[in-house]
Amino acid sequence: MRWLDRTIIGIPFVWLLLFFMLPFLIVLRISVSDMDMAGQLSGFKLSNYTFLAQDALYVKTYLASLKYAAITTGVCLLLAYPFAYFMARADKSAQPALLLMVMLPFWTSFLLRVYAWKGLLADGGWVAVVLNALKVDQLLMAFGVIPGPGQYLNTAFSLVLGMVYTYLPFMILPLYANLSKQDGRLLEAAHDLGASPWVAFWKVTVPLSRPGILAGAMLVFIPCVGEYVVPELLGGPQTLMIGRVLWDEFFANNDWPMASSVAVVMVLLILVPLALFSKAKANSQEARA
Amino acid sequence: MTPFLSIQEVVKDFGASAGGAAFRAVDHVSLEIAQGEIFALLGSSGCGKSTLLRMLAGFEMPTSGSIRLKGQDLVKLPPHERPLNMMFQSYALFPHLSVWENIAFGLKRQGLPKAQIAERVEAMLKLVQLSPFAKRKPHQLSGGQQQRVALARSLARQPSLLLLDEPLGALDKKLREETQIELVHILKSVGVTCVMVTHDQEEAMTMASRIAVMSEGRILQVGQPRDIYENPATRFVADFIGNVNVLDGNLAVRPEKIRLSRDLPPEQALRPLKQVQGRVRDIAYFGSYTVYHLQLPSGQTLKVSQSNTERHPDDALRQDDQAWAWWSPSAQVVLKQ
Repeated sequence: MRWLDRTIIGIPFVWLLLFFMLPFLIVLRISVSDMDMAGQLSGFKLSNYTFLAQDALYVKTYLASLKYAAITTGVCLLLAYPFAYFMARADKSAQPALLLMVMLPFWTSFLLRVYAWKGLLADGGWVAVVLNALKVDQLLMAFGVIPGPGQYLNTAFSLVLGMVYTYLPFMILPLYANLSKQDGRLLEAAHDLGASPWVAFWKVTVPLSRPGILAGAMLVFIPCVGEYVVPELLGGPQTLMIGRVLWDEFFANNDWPMASSVAVVMVLLILVPLALFSKAKANSQEARA
Repeated sequence: MTPFLSIQEVVKDFGASAGGAAFRAVDHVSLEIAQGEIFALLGSSGCGKSTLLRMLAGFEMPTSGSIRLKGQDLVKLPPHERPLNMMFQSYALFPHLSVWENIAFGLKRQGLPKAQIAERVEAMLKLVQLSPFAKRKPHQLSGGQQQRVALARSLARQPSLLLLDEPLGALDKKLREETQIELVHILKSVGVTCVMVTHDQEEAMTMASRIAVMSEGRILQVGQPRDIYENPATRFVADFIGNVNVLDGNLAVRPEKIRLSRDLPPEQALRPLKQVQGRVRDIAYFGSYTVYHLQLPSGQTLKVSQSNTERHPDDALRQDDQAWAWWSPSAQVVLKQ
């Protein structure tokens, strides 16, 4: 049955080769070419990349993308950890229902849900009303996140809110998977050795959930860096992210080589830390074995 | 004088709050344990011994009753404030910490200075002979080594009471026998008072100074190992600890106290012996001894265990042979129930 094993493993492999690796190589090729008005590619140049590195706007946008993705990941972690923690400790019979609630948003269109936030956060939208009543706008203004009272839309606040809303389940699920598998006796052992519940949480539960935290952080951070829809709908002109620049280069400026270079740099920006991370992980596993 | 550890009328019900019928796991247990004892709670699974141990550690709250250690009421204290430590079943070592850090975990919680922690950890490593393995993670150790780390970790804080939950349960038979003696040696050298839980009667007999036999949440008999074996109070205890033949409803004779031969011995004339004739129905050879199943005229089967002192006995009994079983009247015990 070896041919069966190979076929089953081979199908997704071929799929990725055809629809990810090959297109990416094409994008790479375009990024170092000239393109005339008819769309014909020719020559070889690296000037797009040198331009990217020298143009302050691109550098700023890349950094902003990383910043918003990092903030979103951090907020997701803060919200998801307690949720996943109590979900994993909830009554066994209640857990499937809780899990279903986490997945429920996926049943409606992502685009619709993000668009709905525009209404909720607009002047008179009920989330905006509640936030105003709680004086959240004063706090956000004090930190310079929003320009004026009640103006939540098209700010860093609405951007991060939208991304957190979208990606929160991707943080909860790996954390829940990890926390629900943790051995309760280890906590008892910690208590027995004099650790209060709080200390036991930080010295045992959190370190043991590191793989879950890392998996969740990757699942949130990576798509956030290249996110297009949320910044387009909820982020204002002040919160330029690289996904929108990419869109503009391709479809507004029609500058395919430039757009391709932007895309390649973005992939490298995400891939390099990821590769380093998985190498470090493989090394530590090797050391164990 | 107040006893070192006093357990009074402890009851534990489970499931009462859920509205269903409560299950009584521990039923009015009272025990007094002296300083320096190694006390074993012995029983089959579900007899309540582990629940009782978990109440001592603080992981379960008694429904009623009191637990006092050196006069101090333990029930009110959360687990992390109790002056005792536990060696967990299959050890519960922290997988993300090295052997050294596992042992130091409890000491760090006490807020001891670094130098003192290091000194104490080194002493513990030496005690369990694991000094070369200090930097290893638990999963890099053998089962026996993990067991010693767990012991070192639970002794590091110098607890006044040590709880052991099936301390050797995760080891294979050969290693278990070797470790029993080594473990008792370490516990005695430290001088810590121990309460251990086990389902293995041999483990309880070889390690404990006193044993409490439990069944269905109650304590059936408390005593020294020899006491419990030679003077079992009830049929359940007689049956649970070792093998036993019960004759005439309440007379118990251990199989090894019975002799077996083709003819009655000549000393029969000198002093009276209990005797019975039967047919050898089954022979089970265990190497160092053989168990014969003797079918009696009454229909009962008598188990007789004989040491194999000779390699090739001249006149060995075979299946279906007629044989006499005989024992001295002092070898039998009258059971209460």
